[in-house]
Amino acid sequence: MDERKVYSVTELNQYVKRLLDDDPELSEVYVGGELSNYKIYPSGHHYFTLKDAEGSLRCVMFRGNASRLRFRPENGMKVIALGRVAVFPRDGAYQLYVSDLTVYGAGDLHVAFEQLKAKLYGEGLFDASHKKPIPRFPAKIAVITSSAGAAVRDIIRVLGKRYPLAKVILLPVRVQGEEAPAEIAGALRYANRYRVAELIIAGRGGGSIEDLWAFNDERVARAIYDSEIPVISAVGHEPDITIADFVADLRAATPSNGAELAVPDQMELREAVASYEIRFSQALGRKIAAERQRVKDLSAKRVLQSPSNYLDDKRLLLDNLRSRLVLTGEKSVSAFRHQYIRLASQLDAMSPLKVLGRGYAIAKSENGTVLKSAETLKKGDAVTVLFAADAVDCTVEQIREGESWQKKN
Amino acid sequence: MAKKELTFEQSIARLDEIVRLLERGDATLENSLSLFEEGTALIRRCGKLLDTAEQKVVMLKKGADGTPEELPFDTGETV
Repeated sequence: MDERKVYSVTELNQYVKRLLDDDPELSEVYVGGELSNYKIYPSGHHYFTLKDAEGSLRCVMFRGNASRLRFRPENGMKVIALGRVAVFPRDGAYQLYVSDLTVYGAGDLHVAFEQLKAKLYGEGLFDASHKKPIPRFPAKIAVITSSAGAAVRDIIRVLGKRYPLAKVILLPVRVQGEEAPAEIAGALRYANRYRVAELIIAGRGGGSIEDLWAFNDERVARAIYDSEIPVISAVGHEPDITIADFVADLRAATPSNGAELAVPDQMELREAVASYEIRFSQALGRKIAAERQRVKDLSAKRVLQSPSNYLDDKRLLLDNLRSRLVLTGEKSVSAFRHQYIRLASQLDAMSPLKVLGRGYAIAKSENGTVLKSAETLKKGDAVTVLFAADAVDCTVEQIREGESWQKKN
Repeated sequence: MAKKELTFEQSIARLDEIVRLLERGDATLENSLSLFEEGTALIRRCGKLLDTAEQKVVMLKKGADGTPEELPFDTGETV
């Protein structure tokens, strides 16, 4: 033994730790490698090993940093870690304290997008069977977007132009940044809790994938899925697809398109309403023609020419039949009965009372003849109008020649 | 006659119904005429609703008790 200093383990570990801590290169270093042995502890800290062909490096990522990760790290993934190298004195081992991880090659946002898409797809959040129909004439439309910017103005303008009957209810939210997903999801839930509208348009204008990121957030996706009010997603420009688009009941390409899909166009509505008018007139025209024909057919029948004579005849016939029925033996009773029933029902069908019961009336002149036109009448003549159950005596006030009853009364 | 309370949606639904009844042709003439009158009144009403509609835009704010409060929202445009 010479006089050289004997270190305790702790002292040596502290010594090495100081060396490493003082090295500026090691205080912030990027390390590329493959993830392995990835574990998330209940504490929320992430522990893993970075490997390459020949070596490995122990890494830890504390909860705060780990919660900011946009993708879910998986073993085998090639990543670049940013961190500082330091000694963990208890084990006498050095490790990398990671502050950020990014996926090597593909962007980590891209990876996160695909991961979340696969996860929510697996859970059935994109199922067509869950999608709700968009109401045809929404009276109230909730718009969840930023109160500043072009998107909200585009939506309001298009809604106003197409269908000004719909009331627009804006729920202003931030649409980018860390607070955005919680605000958008919150607004969706709030709109549902208070049933503020029959339809929701949620979206924002175009931007980078970072700008649109809130609409790729799981919280927003779940809030859309949970919404009992149908949701139209209207994010970015045509080619931008977000997770919100997959979950929404209807995907619009842009905010303006979202407004177009939300309401009918009043120009088309006006045309549709005008077509009703044509159909009404045609249907009524046909009805009037049919009724006119019926009146013509009826008035040609004898029963209306001289109803009382006709009835007397039938009554005589009935009496005759009745007496013959009584006189005839058992054998022919049923034959006569059939004839009786047939005649009785014919009589019933021909009865002017039936006709009168449908709202027709018979007009008779003073001498009792049935009137078919005003031709034989003049002002001051007495006319009797017979209804089904009663009658009125009238005096002719005015002869309206050439005026048809079909005209609007 | 159309009732005053009918919304646009209800008016369209009733128009649909009326045109079906009229086209079926089995209503009495008197009913057909009153359906026609009701229909034309509804058509006028739908047109008027669209002509006179003024878009309403409000901004929602969470009130002190959590319930929604409506505030005016200036669209910054002359519509």
